[in-house]
Amino acid sequence: MLKGRAFKFGDNISTDHITPGRLAHLRSNLPELAKHVLEDADPTFASRVKAGDFIVAGSNFGLGSSREHAPLVIKMAGVSAILAKSVARIFFRNAINLGLPVLICDTDGINDGDELEVDLSKGTVNDISKGQKLTFGRLPDVMLKILDEGGLLPYIQKYGDFKL
Amino acid sequence: MGKTLAEKILSKKSASDACAGDIVIARVDLSFVQDTTGPLTVRQFQSGSFERLADPEKTALFFDHAAPSPNRQLSNDHLLLRQFARETGCPKYDVGSGVCHQVVAEALARPGDVVVGADSHTVTAGALGAFATGMGSSDVAIVFALGKTWLRVPESIKITLSGKFSRGVGAKDLVLQLIGIVGADGATYKALEFGGSGLANLNMSDRFTIANMAVEAGAKVGLFPTDKVAQDYLRSQGRPDHYQPLAADDDASYEKTINIDLGALEPMVAKPHQVDNVAPARELKGTKIEQVFIGTCTNGRLEDLAIAAGILKGKRRHPETRLIVAPASPKVLLEAIGAGYIKTLVEAGAIILPPGCGACLGLHQGVLADGESCLSTANRNFKGRMGNPEAFIYLGSPATAAATAITGQITDPREVM
Repeated sequence: MLKGRAFKFGDNISTDHITPGRLAHLRSNLPELAKHVLEDADPTFASRVKAGDFIVAGSNFGLGSSREHAPLVIKMAGVSAILAKSVARIFFRNAINLGLPVLICDTDGINDGDELEVDLSKGTVNDISKGQKLTFGRLPDVMLKILDEGGLLPYIQKYGDFKL
Repeated sequence: MGKTLAEKILSKKSASDACAGDIVIARVDLSFVQDTTGPLTVRQFQSGSFERLADPEKTALFFDHAAPSPNRQLSNDHLLLRQFARETGCPKYDVGSGVCHQVVAEALARPGDVVVGADSHTVTAGALGAFATGMGSSDVAIVFALGKTWLRVPESIKITLSGKFSRGVGAKDLVLQLIGIVGADGATYKALEFGGSGLANLNMSDRFTIANMAVEAGAKVGLFPTDKVAQDYLRSQGRPDHYQPLAADDDASYEKTINIDLGALEPMVAKPHQVDNVAPARELKGTKIEQVFIGTCTNGRLEDLAIAAGILKGKRRHPETRLIVAPASPKVLLEAIGAGYIKTLVEAGAIILPPGCGACLGLHQGVLADGESCLSTANRNFKGRMGNPEAFIYLGSPATAAATAITGQITDPREVM
């Protein structure tokens, strides 16, 4: 069971909002890069987010670049899962490959600051502040297995290959 | 039932009967990284205790985003990549070799290939009938090691083109209009497949521009069938043997079809801060522009520089508008010198940058000031993209860019032609 607060974002939060190209020189210094996570969407996010919190977004979260540093710094910030109406393709794969759950659900009813509980195995989000329950869509099996192993590298190290 | 181009290529590369929605494991013909995604790929590869590349000849390292490097940190990232190339035999395209997608187009991608790059604009090679798609560093590290990856076979949206462009209108206007119709996430997880009688009127440069921006509609790949235009292009690049005819089956199944008459299009511009926020250039007249940028994997080819030089010949940029031009590869640069385009552009007041990506993503060379606006031929206008979240980016064609450089405000190129 994951537990934390919701940090609400709108539609079309791009990888440039999360980790912009002007900080490309910090990509080999991840702790420094992580201090700027989501800076261009909410400059206060990095200082307020705590371990276990959730990013709750609208549609098309993570559009743009293939830079895996975007989900990586989100994970380093302590975010336990991303909830969104939809997620851009490359970001989706990258997040799962790093063991960061991405849950597709209708996020309209969740407000910034709501206390949430997420049950990954049951596929439910409990908005404690609202007293409401949501369900999220099931990931494709291959992504579930990668997530279960904590990411793509541990998955490949365990199985030695892709197992469908 | 017949197969789409995406289903055909993935069936062959996965040795299975691949249908939309299936998950397949596909052999990868080319995998590559660039200098801002490569270091993480190398570290993932090494932390996975892999020592050998599955096939060095099917991998590549490109140094194009920071080319040449503007600072110590990125120089050290380059060092890491050079060392990896030495240790593994991975071919490297060092600083000055050009934008990865342009080099892949000129020299590497073949019709029917599966191409995976740690850069979202890997989709560019779809113009040559390659199933080319962007992935992150971990995915590419595993492709480096195993030579294969998993893919969900995408549903396809068919884009049927007819007619030919009118004067002053081009491929960039078409793709901006298309993204305006589909939306920035309208093709997420899907393939865009282009067809129709209008294809014959698109040269390869046009097709690369269109395929390049498929990802801006969320698409996994933007695929063109191959024809005489593709065959002639491969011959002109000195690799005629790489040609093979490829087309979707006539009875393939598409999620939907969008029809576009090239002759009905007009110059289009994407307004800040989303690519699907499009409007005709004429409606934005009066919008002051401090910088015009012509280049990138979208519009940095010889044909693009020819269009810009044609409009700027004998004219000067507006005194308050900077004009920056970055040819996409050394081949493009040399040909543009030979054709006199570079001379024309410099005489018009342009600054010529080395072949590379830096200005487009705000890494260096052309960072905007607070409140400034740029008209760029690139593919993205997200907030902060050109190095400053307080700046504004408009996307347009090389013709619109050249016209705008002359007047200092967004200008429909037909007004100055």
